[in-house]
Amino acid sequence: MINSGKFLVQEEPFSEIVIGDTAIVRAMVEAGVKVVTSYPGSPTPEIGAAIGTIPHDERPFYFEYSTNEKVALEIAYGASINGHLSTVFFKSVGLNVASDTFVQLSHMNLIGGMVVVLGDDPGAHSSQNEQDNRHYAELSYMPVFEPSTPTEIYTFFKKAAEISTKRKMPVILRLTTHTCHQKERVFFDGWKRKEYDFSPKFNVSNGPYVPVASAVFPLKRKALEKLDSIRFSEECRFFNQYINNGSSRGIITMGTTYLSLMELVKNISDKPDILKLGMVYPLSEEEILSFLKSHREVKILEELDPCLEKMIKALAFDNGIKCKIVGKNKISDFIGEYTPDKVREIMSECWSDIFPASTFEKKDIPVPARPAQLCPGCGHRSAYYAIKKVLDENDIKVGDIGCHTLGFLPPYNMVQMLMSMGASTGIASGLSLFNKERKVVCFLGDSTFFHAGMPGIVNAVFNKHNITLIILENGTTAMTGHQEHPGTGHNFDEETVALPIKDVLEGFGIKNITIVDTYQQKKLTEAVKNAVNKEGFSVVIAKHPCMLKFAKLQKRKGSFIQRHVHVDKETCEQIHECLKFFGCPSFSINNDMSVTVNKDLCIGDGSCIQTCPVSAIKYQ
Amino acid sequence: MKEMNIYITGVGGQGIGMLSEIIARAADYAGYKIKAVDTHGLAQRGGTVTSEIRIGYDIYSPIIEKGNADLVIALEKHEALRGMNEMLKDGGTLLWYDTSWQPLPVRLGETKEVSEKDIEFEALSRKIRNIKVLDKDLKESRMQNIVLLAHLIKNRLIEKIDENICKKVMKELMNDKIYSMNEEIMEKTT
Repeated sequence: MINSGKFLVQEEPFSEIVIGDTAIVRAMVEAGVKVVTSYPGSPTPEIGAAIGTIPHDERPFYFEYSTNEKVALEIAYGASINGHLSTVFFKSVGLNVASDTFVQLSHMNLIGGMVVVLGDDPGAHSSQNEQDNRHYAELSYMPVFEPSTPTEIYTFFKKAAEISTKRKMPVILRLTTHTCHQKERVFFDGWKRKEYDFSPKFNVSNGPYVPVASAVFPLKRKALEKLDSIRFSEECRFFNQYINNGSSRGIITMGTTYLSLMELVKNISDKPDILKLGMVYPLSEEEILSFLKSHREVKILEELDPCLEKMIKALAFDNGIKCKIVGKNKISDFIGEYTPDKVREIMSECWSDIFPASTFEKKDIPVPARPAQLCPGCGHRSAYYAIKKVLDENDIKVGDIGCHTLGFLPPYNMVQMLMSMGASTGIASGLSLFNKERKVVCFLGDSTFFHAGMPGIVNAVFNKHNITLIILENGTTAMTGHQEHPGTGHNFDEETVALPIKDVLEGFGIKNITIVDTYQQKKLTEAVKNAVNKEGFSVVIAKHPCMLKFAKLQKRKGSFIQRHVHVDKETCEQIHECLKFFGCPSFSINNDMSVTVNKDLCIGDGSCIQTCPVSAIKYQ
Repeated sequence: MKEMNIYITGVGGQGIGMLSEIIARAADYAGYKIKAVDTHGLAQRGGTVTSEIRIGYDIYSPIIEKGNADLVIALEKHEALRGMNEMLKDGGTLLWYDTSWQPLPVRLGETKEVSEKDIEFEALSRKIRNIKVLDKDLKESRMQNIVLLAHLIKNRLIEKIDENICKKVMKELMNDKIYSMNEEIMEKTT
């Protein structure tokens, strides 16, 4: 069997079909990275999964999932100023969490080097926005390299690590969902395990590392000088690619947008010239200027925000260049992923004489939508079903990030707003001010509790807010693929101290805490009723293990017993409580309005049995 | 064959990732260049999950343009209609497994379930080759993906991809027990 844990640390050169998130791990190995940290978030948790396939004692670097992105970044920073090449990776919005430390990084002399890997999500496939993290580069004085393929992820990472180590500065490798998850055959170099000096090399004389008062300006100057040294270096040419088709028209592009463009260009006869940028900040000015000077018209084709466009237009202005530069024209140009479809739409509007528009017209056939769902057996379903009974239509329900966000969907409609990790308690507290008539309830997952949830909770205690917090505890970081967290008693590699959420809350001085297993629906209804009717801050911990993880583990151990429920036709009165209120996807409706259980979906958890008013749901 | 676009669709949990991995690797062994991409993240929780495979010699993006798939493989009835409507070329091929995982609006009684007739009607009107697959004796629904693979081979839907190549790939991707269960299905069908 193909085993990524083996080939990722194999010494001989090889090639393998991998996704970008796997290719990057081999790059880390070859580059000699010694410390890797992360907090899971799409599109990057598969990097952690690939690392996890390498047996702990063969892994040539330290890896941890930290409690949040900021902590992860700080660990990578600490390692770097101790002399170790480090890498941190997380999703787009994770950088917002890490930003307080992140913006300082370039001011520091990172003697070991550091590659910050960002997983942006154009198209918002698994994120609450599609923020363009290239903006952070200008704010933080860090160079940004952006690959378009798994092969480039591999080669760019190694080169980025080299630049970072040489200049002792942090660099950003910006990935997007479809570079991370893109699959192709990648050819990898060989690698040899080397002796390595692990001694701590932190020395204040490499600093200063305390950016106060008089130290700030020289540090900032040094950061800007390092950035400039890249702008004018030969190294940046490694990342950029010029495709000369002998045209008077040119396109400057980057990332997966380049791939989309090439799909179109390969099928047209009058091909424009293309400058594909892999170093997207700062720009390699000479290359850009010579491209502009040698073309009559240049289109800047970039996904999301006009970062390249602004820099290139400024450059052209300063150099008095006459070339017509076409950037974004309308709001839709800022929105969504630049797939081949989107690029065709843009280019056929821009240069209709060479780029044909799409001829495909989708027929308007009604196909029922299929939104993501809580899984069969999910404890959150029982929780929402039970909690909904207590709350008034008019009460305000605040959600947070995680699988439980899916409670915004019918039939639950229990999440009316969502912002960012751990935000629910603070938002709920704000909603409770001057508010005597509408109860405010907020939800929070367990990994999120440890990630960013605690400050809002402490604040609710400190400032005596009148809200009810319901912690939906499933014992894992479920949405991103079941990573451990500080409550589980296990870290990435080994057993560790479990921090029970209830103990933490008691430590905060919260008196009104109830714990209920969500499958005990009546008890949970009662607990929430008591909590919301009490003045002040109350917490209900609605607990049930993630059943997807639970069933998977049982199957692996061979202890899984396949059971199913069925709906007894004799007893069923077609009240449809199971379909319309409990809403487990295992229930299907037939043309005669009877209900059957889809055995491919039912895991036999039985949490539905108690919901049927006439007890028609039974174990088979 | 210069180029072929394959769009695989179904519901999170149906084994689309494995089917896609087998086809992509088989195509690679057959000498094509491949690019592929699967849905990861949020949609894996019971939403529509897709995988796109592009096979050929001059391939850049893993993403297929709308209405530009030569072959749509669907592991579920609703997704068969959706995939055909959004991605398949007129005159292309639809290979689908006849099972229904009702989407939320159907279960809530807001819309009708998609029927086989809906699919047949659409396929006929767009000259699409419609191959429905169902293995009534299949004990493990998670092996429906391999049933589809076997029919893909039997119908020679991808040039140069045959039983031997697929078995070779499956052996690389599965443990012995799972492999032998799947091999049985392959041999029964092809």
